[in-house]
Amino acid sequence: MTALLTILVLVFITVAIWQMVKIFDLAQANADNTQVATDKDNRVNGYLMLGFLAFIYIITIVCFVKWGDLPLISNSASEHGPGLDNLMIISMVIIFIVQTITQFLLHYFAFKYKGEKGRKALFFADNNMLEAIWTIIPVIVLAGLIIYGLFTWNSIMNVDMDDDPLVVELYAQQFNWKARYAGDDNVLGKANVRLIDIDRANILGIDESDPNAQDDVITTELHLPVGRPVLFKMRSQDVLHSAYMPHFRAQMNCVPGMITQFGFTPTVTTAEMRQTPEMIEKVANINSIRVEESNKLIAKGEDALERYEFDYLLLCNKICGKSHYNMQMKIIVESQEEYEAWIKEQKVFKNSLIN
Amino acid sequence: MSAHEDTHAHDDHGHHHKETFVTKYIFSQDHKMIARQYLITGTIMGVIGVLMSLMFRMQIAWPEQPNVLFEALLGKWAPDGVMDADIYLALITIHGTIMVFFVLTAGLSGTFSNLLIPLQIGARDMASGFLNMLSYWMFFLSSVVMIISLFVEAGPAAAGWTIYPPLSALPLAQGGSGAGMTLWLVSMAIFIASSLLGSLNYIVTVINLRTKGMSMTRLPLTIWAFFITAIIGVISFPVLLSAALLLIMDRSFGTSFFLSDIFIQGEVLHYQGGSPVLFEHLFWFLGHPEVYIVLLPALGITSEVIATNSRKPIFGYRAMVASILAIAFLSTIVWGHHMFISGMNPFLGSVFTFTTLLIAIPSAVKAFNYITTLWKGNLQLNPAMLFSIGLVSTFITGGLTGIILGDSALDINVHDTYFVVAHFHLVMGISALYGMFAGIYHWFPKMFKRMMNKNLGYVHFWVTAICAYGVFFPMHFIGMAGLPRRYYTNSNFPLFDDLSNVNVIITLFALVGGAFQLVFLWNLFYSIFYGKKTVQNPWRSNTLEWTAPIKQIHGNWEGEIPHVYRWAYDYSKPGHDDDFVPQNVPLKEGEEELQH
Repeated sequence: MTALLTILVLVFITVAIWQMVKIFDLAQANADNTQVATDKDNRVNGYLMLGFLAFIYIITIVCFVKWGDLPLISNSASEHGPGLDNLMIISMVIIFIVQTITQFLLHYFAFKYKGEKGRKALFFADNNMLEAIWTIIPVIVLAGLIIYGLFTWNSIMNVDMDDDPLVVELYAQQFNWKARYAGDDNVLGKANVRLIDIDRANILGIDESDPNAQDDVITTELHLPVGRPVLFKMRSQDVLHSAYMPHFRAQMNCVPGMITQFGFTPTVTTAEMRQTPEMIEKVANINSIRVEESNKLIAKGEDALERYEFDYLLLCNKICGKSHYNMQMKIIVESQEEYEAWIKEQKVFKNSLIN
Repeated sequence: MSAHEDTHAHDDHGHHHKETFVTKYIFSQDHKMIARQYLITGTIMGVIGVLMSLMFRMQIAWPEQPNVLFEALLGKWAPDGVMDADIYLALITIHGTIMVFFVLTAGLSGTFSNLLIPLQIGARDMASGFLNMLSYWMFFLSSVVMIISLFVEAGPAAAGWTIYPPLSALPLAQGGSGAGMTLWLVSMAIFIASSLLGSLNYIVTVINLRTKGMSMTRLPLTIWAFFITAIIGVISFPVLLSAALLLIMDRSFGTSFFLSDIFIQGEVLHYQGGSPVLFEHLFWFLGHPEVYIVLLPALGITSEVIATNSRKPIFGYRAMVASILAIAFLSTIVWGHHMFISGMNPFLGSVFTFTTLLIAIPSAVKAFNYITTLWKGNLQLNPAMLFSIGLVSTFITGGLTGIILGDSALDINVHDTYFVVAHFHLVMGISALYGMFAGIYHWFPKMFKRMMNKNLGYVHFWVTAICAYGVFFPMHFIGMAGLPRRYYTNSNFPLFDDLSNVNVIITLFALVGGAFQLVFLWNLFYSIFYGKKTVQNPWRSNTLEWTAPIKQIHGNWEGEIPHVYRWAYDYSKPGHDDDFVPQNVPLKEGEEELQH
């Protein structure tokens, strides 16, 4: 119904514009109608250029005010997050300044120098000084950004094994995630999809004869102790997936046939994150939207939506097939004690096999 | 530099053959007719591509709502009018493919390279009219195959326009990876052959067939752009062809170039030793230069249109040529920025960050030069000029966010989110589309001997300009909020519920913007037949195509081809009464040609 109405409205708008243009044309019937811009066209479009400049500024301001707090800036939950967010903010500020100035010049010149009969443009073909300026300024700004960016990148991608990171495998398949903890030895057992034996519940293809594999733990929820570096080893059994953990500023593709990796240190527990004022506000906002939605659903005789409570998430962010849009895993960051209590409850690999 | 006297051999070319309907309108070897064929085919493909985007935008805004449009157009893929998740992925895949390759590569380059290269360099026709005809008909064939692929039983290709294996290689992984993907690959292989034939022809023509006096430094910037674009195409398209062929081998003949260790639907497949990352390298070795294959012709058109309508020389001709060359060179060594988190060595990520951010420098030079060209001009705000100014605007807005995405560290968190979608749509999609519109409005009189209606042109531009920003500006913000692209619906992530109203706004802008393209289509097709008759040089432009007669003749000029005495940008030159001096006007006594 909505769509039908939308289409109808669009059709009406189209007809209206068509009629308006016809009137325009009729009004000009006597004028010298060459379909080349006249002084009047230049004037009208020159003012519209100014209007359009205003439109660009307004849409920028509206977006920043209305949705600028949605971006995951300044609420990162990993050690490297703030550094990355800083770089993001610096880049955004530079973009904002350049955008504001260049759009102004472009549209203002288009307005200011709108054509008039009899005026002659300035014959100005070249100026080495000017061109040197706008080559060198970008060079300097970009050099700064490149150096800052590369430092950030290298510090994120280099995982120091001396920090004794917790080793966890993220295992992707259409359309769900599994996590495999390395157990007490903190070494993952060897694995290959050729060893998958569904009948024996060896769903990740772990090498049953590998001593390192015996204490591995496979789960469908990702629990991480706060403050301890984690090194993720990623595998996929079928197609490309991407392990995207936006709150931790972390992402890496999962590639069949190879093992990829990404490491970070979670710094904020799920409970703490739920208590931050920004998150309380965001969740309240989401819930008010959901209540509204629910009322509509109930009116239609359907079930209401569940209340939303914040959780960190692992999303699939590489197109992987029909249910790509619903491939997720909950991440829970908790204290070391809570984590240990949880992992003790899980079955180790050797006990999970069906003989 | 070189000038060629052998053009006389072609002089009486037109009088030899008697033209039939078939040789004139269908299997024509005349570059002007082939340009028109490209334009019409590209426009039809564009309508299909845009319609697809409107459909999936409606699904994103109003997920899983019944829609009469879906029921009518998607048939079995929309039971009770609710779009199926598989066809959603197919729509985004084919939308991307059609817009990037069929509209903005073939439709844009094919139309204007064909039309303008011979006319602006002063040649009777392309170097090989036959290859040119072949190039168009292979493009037509590939379009037909692509359209046919929409109707196969298991659905069209749905692995994203980047068709990463294994998803694109395994019918078990996705219905669209069966016959639909086979046809997609066949279509692209034919398309690439067509593109290579065209590009070779453009290169040879520009090098060999310039008229007397048309040195490389007197070439209009349009020709420079088309010339360099053709060179990039010849370098990079064959790599995509090889990727497509290897993928066909993996799919149909059991090789393992891109596949290894796969367990799917309860069975282990035999593939071993290949790597999907290899495919990503091959794909993006074309995929990134492709951005410039799309964009450079648009920038070339813009240079010409802005100079003509500003009544001023383009500012910094040499810098413009140098930046085209720099962009072309850099474009072939930045492909890895699409793969920062693909699992390739992080050190490579550093290298590609460096080369990628370098490309911002020639881009900035171009933007500033356009703005300076406007300064103290006498701007004739024709529809083509508006679209050119619009292009500079979206090129800046879209280009600037490139310094975020090109930065490997920042890419971690916005990779494959809507931030990317917003970025590339503005910087290459909308910009190139504006370039194409500018070209159509500007050279329509040359192509069809009639003028397009300017008022419809104005309406078309302003609504499109507002809607383009309305669609893609807010999209950056939902991307920064972490919303992944290519999700059929976000309803499984309450986390993103507060973004749903943004998605509705975006879709409304898209629908209005899409609907107003009807104004353009009407103007285009109506004016072909009933537009106002044009004068020979309606925009009072300097380039050679406007010295050719309105009546289109095979061989372009009656009698001798005009000689060239000056560059293309002598607008408002002091010492001349008119504010333009065509290239074929000899220097006055004592007049000096500008050192450029």
